[in-house]
Amino acid sequence: MTDPTGCIVKSRCVGTAAVVYASDYLNKVSGERIERECKRQLDSGCQALVIDFHGTEIVNSIGISILLDIIDVAEKSGAQLVFSDVNHQTIQLFDVLGLTRHVALASDEHEALSLLAQSSAA
Amino acid sequence: MELPTQKLVHIFGALADLGQEITDCNNVQDMVQTSLQLLTGALAIRRSAILEYVPSLNSLCLVASRGIDTSFPQTLEIDDDIRGALLAVSQTAMSPERLSTLHPKLRLLLDQCKCASEGFAIQLFVPMAVRDELVGVVVLGKKATEEPFPEEECEFIQSMARHIGVGIHNHRLVEQIEQRAEENRRLYEDLRTIYRDTVRAFAAAIDIKDKYTQGHSERVGKYSEIIARELGWGEEEVEGIAIAGYLHDIGKLVVERDIINAPYKIDAKASSELNRHPAAGFEILSPIHHPYTDIPLMAKYHHERLDGRGYPDGLTGDQIPLGAKIVSLADSFDAMTTDRPYKRRRCIEDVIEDFRANSGKQFAPDVVVALCRALLKEVSGETRDRRILRILGKNYIEAEKVIPLLTELIAELESPTSLAVGTST
Repeated sequence: MTDPTGCIVKSRCVGTAAVVYASDYLNKVSGERIERECKRQLDSGCQALVIDFHGTEIVNSIGISILLDIIDVAEKSGAQLVFSDVNHQTIQLFDVLGLTRHVALASDEHEALSLLAQSSAA
Repeated sequence: MELPTQKLVHIFGALADLGQEITDCNNVQDMVQTSLQLLTGALAIRRSAILEYVPSLNSLCLVASRGIDTSFPQTLEIDDDIRGALLAVSQTAMSPERLSTLHPKLRLLLDQCKCASEGFAIQLFVPMAVRDELVGVVVLGKKATEEPFPEEECEFIQSMARHIGVGIHNHRLVEQIEQRAEENRRLYEDLRTIYRDTVRAFAAAIDIKDKYTQGHSERVGKYSEIIARELGWGEEEVEGIAIAGYLHDIGKLVVERDIINAPYKIDAKASSELNRHPAAGFEILSPIHHPYTDIPLMAKYHHERLDGRGYPDGLTGDQIPLGAKIVSLADSFDAMTTDRPYKRRRCIEDVIEDFRANSGKQFAPDVVVALCRALLKEVSGETRDRRILRILGKNYIEAEKVIPLLTELIAELESPTSLAVGTST
């Protein structure tokens, strides 16, 4: 999917879920691209979002702020949200900042999709 | 309680990024929005807003927000009491409960914020001020952890709010400076217009005295402008030479009307009287602080000749300022192409022949070339700007006859031998 800024945001649909791939450095520019893609997926009717952090080394403050926005948007539309393949350092940061209270974590994309499938079945 | 190291590193990263954002960003809206993202992202605050104090509206106006909906008030009107109360606790992160004890009107202000936005439970309120002027407020909701803000985090928030306040204040100052600069530019333009209109009025007054050459000064001004532009002068200088053209005969105000309006060629005594006018013009114009240089000198020397046979000082060649050479040619061109009491205007072919005969003696060749080029462009249709032709009138010039004459004269005057004779500097 090409973002209006001309840069490519990788994403794919799996049933009613969408997987959006974060970049190596989650800052204002890349964060806002990901936010736009998540909103687009939700507007298209997807009911669950996976943001895959494979390759994401650093998330800065603006990145955190944007992830909070995505959490808000997902909550408002009743969509489930999972972060997958987050590196250890970033998990610690998410934990200390409280993001892990509002979003599930999975070790990889496959596990994230299984989690979502289980919770839909339940 | 000490903050975990990782959190500290994250927070300091936000402070560093904030400094960069405030100095680099040209747009205040973007700067405030990004600053709020940095602040909220540093501590994972879910809902927040920054309101800027706008003195002309006596209101706090919403300029940035995160996580709140459109029901949050866009403006909050405040009075001097509220402003004073906020200033008294500026740069301090306070809970709403503590803030409302400071002044009853602050409780009303907080109520306006609370009731409007569902789910925005305000945790901290931070007024921003710079040099005792209220800049705005930062309003913060709960963190993602839902835990209270410890002292260390409040200090960090206060520090960031201080920086954001300075950033907004500086942008405001720059805006004010730009506004003043624009006002000054307009004032300057108005003054220039007044000056130009006054000069034109003078030119009209000069020409009224000489009933046979009404409009002469204005025409000389226009011809001078056209020649200067053709010589590649800058706009400022072109304006200056036009003014010199308008005012070149101002000295005639001291000459007897009968002499100026004589319907026949005047005798030597009257001629001597008339020849006073350039020096008189210099005396009249010198005390005035013109926005352009050398105007009095151009009036003084517009009757000088390259060969030294001019007046009042008998200057030669390079002693004569280029501007004076331009006005001189423009003056002569108008004299040859308008009717006078004792003679009709000459045909253009004769005028061109006169230029040929007198280049290097009376007129500077490069100035003649410039006038010829400008005329050639109009006659040949190379330019749609037909200022010279409009002045000269319809049917005065037959293009087929004049184009070759002008072309030939230009080539002649630009030849190396001709240049050696009398090119101006």
